[in-house]
Amino acid sequence: MFILIVGCGRVGSSVARAMLREGHTVSALDEDPESHARLEVGLEKSWEDLGGQFTVGAGLEAEALEAAGIDGADVFIASTDGDNTNIIIAQIAKRRYNVPTVIARVLDPLRAEWYARQGLQTVCPTRVAIDMLETAVRDSAARGDGPEGAAEAA
Amino acid sequence: MYIIVVGAGKVGWNLARELLEKDHEVTLIESDRRRYLTVEQELEHNVSYGDASELWVLERAGVQRADMVIAVTGDDEDNMLICQVAREKYLVDQIIARVNNPRNRQHFDLLGIKPSVSATDLILRLLEHEVPEYGLIHLLDLQEEQLEIIEMLLGKDSGVTGRRVGDLHMPEGSLLISVLRSGKGFVPSADTVLEEGDEVLAVLDPGKEEELKVLFGPAGDGGVASG
Repeated sequence: MFILIVGCGRVGSSVARAMLREGHTVSALDEDPESHARLEVGLEKSWEDLGGQFTVGAGLEAEALEAAGIDGADVFIASTDGDNTNIIIAQIAKRRYNVPTVIARVLDPLRAEWYARQGLQTVCPTRVAIDMLETAVRDSAARGDGPEGAAEAA
Repeated sequence: MYIIVVGAGKVGWNLARELLEKDHEVTLIESDRRRYLTVEQELEHNVSYGDASELWVLERAGVQRADMVIAVTGDDEDNMLICQVAREKYLVDQIIARVNNPRNRQHFDLLGIKPSVSATDLILRLLEHEVPEYGLIHLLDLQEEQLEIIEMLLGKDSGVTGRRVGDLHMPEGSLLISVLRSGKGFVPSADTVLEEGDEVLAVLDPGKEEELKVLFGPAGDGGVASG
């Protein structure tokens, strides 16, 4: 599969490396030329030598998206550090370029939920963190940790 | 009307002030704390602090009962998202979005965010108006109506000066609607003879511009039937 990842931060670069390792064709697009270095963290060869593609440009620029190969993309991942940017460019990938699978990272749970209901596939790390924290607290309460539980146990 | 304006930059602040003077109910939303505090000194309770792309901030401002949402921040993604959410989630009747980078206009159109207003486009058009070698000026795109209105200045080498309007072979889907001559405008008839220095306005289907440019341009085919 051809995977286009826009936004090459910690999340984008890790997903890019993992997908390349699994044998997919991966193209990364980021405004910041320095983010190329993040792609190569832990790699024994250069990103390009391993078959990866890297383009400098903004996700909102049609020219940049096209240079990064959006016309042939099977999967589009919007993982810039801006929720609104991710939501907008994901819709562009879907509606203008007809990319079959489009996923947007959205940190704000409210926006992530509403856009998911509109048919946009969203991933919300904040939601995951909230759920994990709540679960951890509930587990702790169920185990009877803390002064109350300790008193009961005694 | 209840109008929410997002972004208290120069555009948003002045817009909010004007709307308040016209007796509208207005909430101006600004996400920068310092800017908010400055604007709040004048607009007081009409300005609200927060990031309007957070749904709860919009809800706190009463987006559900707003008649209009105008997004004029300096960020095109924010303006698109705010307008999209206002219209599609909160069913706000009227939205207006500011386009900061004219190259992003295609995205506003793709997402159906209309009308969108680009100051840069307006200034570019003004520039074209001041620099007459362009000869042809876009006055207005009526996107919904699929029409454009353009203005053309007839130079001395224009192929149509000295010709009757009735003799011009106007491209199908175009119409001369007015002539501005020596500071006075009138609606041309078939017998009107065009003169050098006339500014003519034409309404046309999109895409007819080039044909008109050829017709009205230097030594263009004035359209006198060859037969």
